[in-house]
Amino acid sequence: MISFIPSDFKVLVQEETCIKCRRCVRECSFEALSFDQRVLADHSRCVACHRCVAICPTGAITVVKNPLAFRENANWNEELIKNVYRQARVGGKLLTGTGNDKPYPIYWDHLLIDAAQVTNPSIDPLREPMELRTYLGSKPARLDFYYDGTGGFKLTTVLEPQIKLETPIIFAGMSYGAVSLNVHKALAEAARRAGTLMNSGEGGLHDSLYPYGENIVVQVASGRFGINRAYLERAAAVEIKIGQGAKPGIGGHLPGEKVTEEISRTRMIPQGTDALSPAPHHDIYSIEDLRQLIYAIKEAVRYQKPVGVKISAVHNVAAIASGVVRAGADFITIDGFRGGTGATPTIIRDHVGIPIELALAAVDDRLRQEGIRHQASLIASGSIRSSADVLKAIALGADAVAIGTAALIALGCQMCQKCYTGRCAWGITTQRPDLVDRVDPEEGAERLYNLLRAWSLEIKEILGALGLNSIESLRGSRERLRAVGLTDTEMAILGVKPAGR
Amino acid sequence: MLRKPGFGAPREGEIRIPSGCAIAGIMNEDGKRISGEKIIQAISVMRERSNGLGGGFSAYGIYPEFKDYYAFHVMFDDEAGRHGTETFLQETTVVVKSEAIPIRKQPTVTDAPLLWRYFLEVPKSKLNGLSEEDYVMRLVMHVNDSIDGAFVFSSGKNMGVFKGVGYPEDIGRFFRLEEYEAYLWTAHGRFPTNTPGWWGGAHPFSLLGWSVVHNGEISSYGINKRYLEMFGYRCTLMTDTEVIVYLLDLLMRRHNLPLDIACLILAPPFWKDIDRMEENRREAITALRMIYGSAMLNGPFSIIVAHEKEMIGLTDRIMLRPLVIARKDATIYMASEEAAIREICPYPDRVWTPRGGVPVIARLKETTAVK
Repeated sequence: MISFIPSDFKVLVQEETCIKCRRCVRECSFEALSFDQRVLADHSRCVACHRCVAICPTGAITVVKNPLAFRENANWNEELIKNVYRQARVGGKLLTGTGNDKPYPIYWDHLLIDAAQVTNPSIDPLREPMELRTYLGSKPARLDFYYDGTGGFKLTTVLEPQIKLETPIIFAGMSYGAVSLNVHKALAEAARRAGTLMNSGEGGLHDSLYPYGENIVVQVASGRFGINRAYLERAAAVEIKIGQGAKPGIGGHLPGEKVTEEISRTRMIPQGTDALSPAPHHDIYSIEDLRQLIYAIKEAVRYQKPVGVKISAVHNVAAIASGVVRAGADFITIDGFRGGTGATPTIIRDHVGIPIELALAAVDDRLRQEGIRHQASLIASGSIRSSADVLKAIALGADAVAIGTAALIALGCQMCQKCYTGRCAWGITTQRPDLVDRVDPEEGAERLYNLLRAWSLEIKEILGALGLNSIESLRGSRERLRAVGLTDTEMAILGVKPAGR
Repeated sequence: MLRKPGFGAPREGEIRIPSGCAIAGIMNEDGKRISGEKIIQAISVMRERSNGLGGGFSAYGIYPEFKDYYAFHVMFDDEAGRHGTETFLQETTVVVKSEAIPIRKQPTVTDAPLLWRYFLEVPKSKLNGLSEEDYVMRLVMHVNDSIDGAFVFSSGKNMGVFKGVGYPEDIGRFFRLEEYEAYLWTAHGRFPTNTPGWWGGAHPFSLLGWSVVHNGEISSYGINKRYLEMFGYRCTLMTDTEVIVYLLDLLMRRHNLPLDIACLILAPPFWKDIDRMEENRREAITALRMIYGSAMLNGPFSIIVAHEKEMIGLTDRIMLRPLVIARKDATIYMASEEAAIREICPYPDRVWTPRGGVPVIARLKETTAVK
């Protein structure tokens, strides 16, 4: 029988312009290009990562969608047909990387931001301070002071540990294993420079990153990789990872090919073995078990650091979040269904979970109704693509947002979704030493810092336009958003009025 | 309850009506009382800042013979509203005295509702574990939310609010304020951006003994309101002024914070200044911003807040609305414009503009300050 799966893409090399330097052949990590008197392409291997396009000195290469036509079918689209071919051939789960790429509604794109006018002046960010400082951690409902009788006062309430961020954007958890060590180094350095945080992800923390501890949140995920005393002691905060938006309800998977010696040492597992994080934590089968783990970690860090929980956005996320807060979490990261990943079954990524916009609004509302909103900071993630998304998330109620995909794009990611192969031509989601070298930690840190700075400046610009000079006056203020093209129910869930009202 | 929505444009409370305005205040720190004539003169100088669609006054010390009773000023759309309210008050309080508020018809003040005042005593037997003030607050909220055609616009002891739709000086004459004597007067003239047509929408906004007059628009209203709702306050009027009063009630009465700290919450210093403070103060103010960030008032505002013992003038941190203060002997004057003060006090000892975000507090002599 013939097994024919049409290539997704075609690599087109313009012969007149090609100077036959063969850089493209060397740079392509998917072995799609070879050379025999001219550059030859095996189109079936091309993943549209654009590495060859980027490094060609004469711009002779372009990558196009394979124009081979299927009869138009709004139901059986090309991807679905090809997936059946693949599964008939291999008989396994199809894997993918990055976040959900399907055309579900994006609520960020239905929300518009207010501006101050006439009855209220906008504020000029070039002349006036614009404050983005944010503190993550559990807050008390009120404060007590000692008054010395001569007019001075001193705080007597003892506060839970807080983390100071100079901007409400932190880097999301991406494990060492899923991404390379150079990427981790770039994230840590950028976080330190920008006064914010990176997250180690579930792969442990390489010891070269220990000096950056004050800017690192370490994760305790279901595989418990890399967790020892030093890991907990060095970090600024600890996050128990219950789930992530790209794969709610299932565990993590780092293929054995990516478990090098360094990763083996950092994760504390044998080299070359698959690193499987199980689906649930096998010691957390109910909310009371979670409380036990939260307090075990708080004891281990002597209550000196915030301990939080990361959950995926699923149907009853509001009730879950309420339970997590009551279980003692100091912060909750909610990851929406568009969140990225290094490896997950495609079917889970594309069909499980709910949008972060709705989840965030529902959780913020529920926690306020129950009078416990102050007990934990909320961090929203799952496709924050621009400073406008950041601002809308904060207006819906988030204390801060976490960016994963955006950070990797800043490092050169072209969203080809092949992270799980370990062949990332840009050196980001790979452990092959020759590829890892393609990310320079210093330059990478510079780019990440630039991204944070650019978004922070844009946020300040919009704050000024809103007539505000501090981010806490926007946080949770749904009144500054209006919706376009949404149903009454969607607007009710978001707590946002329609534009025009 | 606000009149049921019917034909025509939405009313105050149904939509948000931003406005620009004039404010003024006079307080004698010795407690010496003066007639309303002076405050009317001061606010009339600032006529151009209003557009005739709202004016009002608050006065403290005006009911000395009834100073132990809650003085409810209530407006009614009709007799049915009055009847419903009086029945409710008789069931829940002891009504010591009730009478129509004396008025003098003015050609420019039309469509007045029925205006009544009641002096009420709260019987201990009715409290059921609530504090007296929480109980009174609930009475007010009940009338305003649930009794059709009735609105309590003042509910403090030995004080009262007088307001309506019209230029403030005309409202002042309408209520015959020159016949009252108070040690603390505030006044407000309104320039709303559409026609409210409702007397309850004018300023001052008042709850228990607090009253606020406000010039500006609070950009942080959306989160201030949601924060207050967590503590059971219902912001039915959709005005900025309402949230200011509720925030003060929350911070000072329920959280027991002194006035100076409440002002540090409403208009905190910038981080760049906090970072340079000495350790205790820096730690305390950082904590205030961390915990009470949702109570910060952002956006242009100048407000005059009055309470039995204090009159506070406060502007936003970058002073986007004007406020001028003056002192002569024991009297403090506050106004949106210096001309308003000079009209009634031509030679003050001192005139100044306060710093953005820093409160100016006039106090009755026996109270002490927290810095």
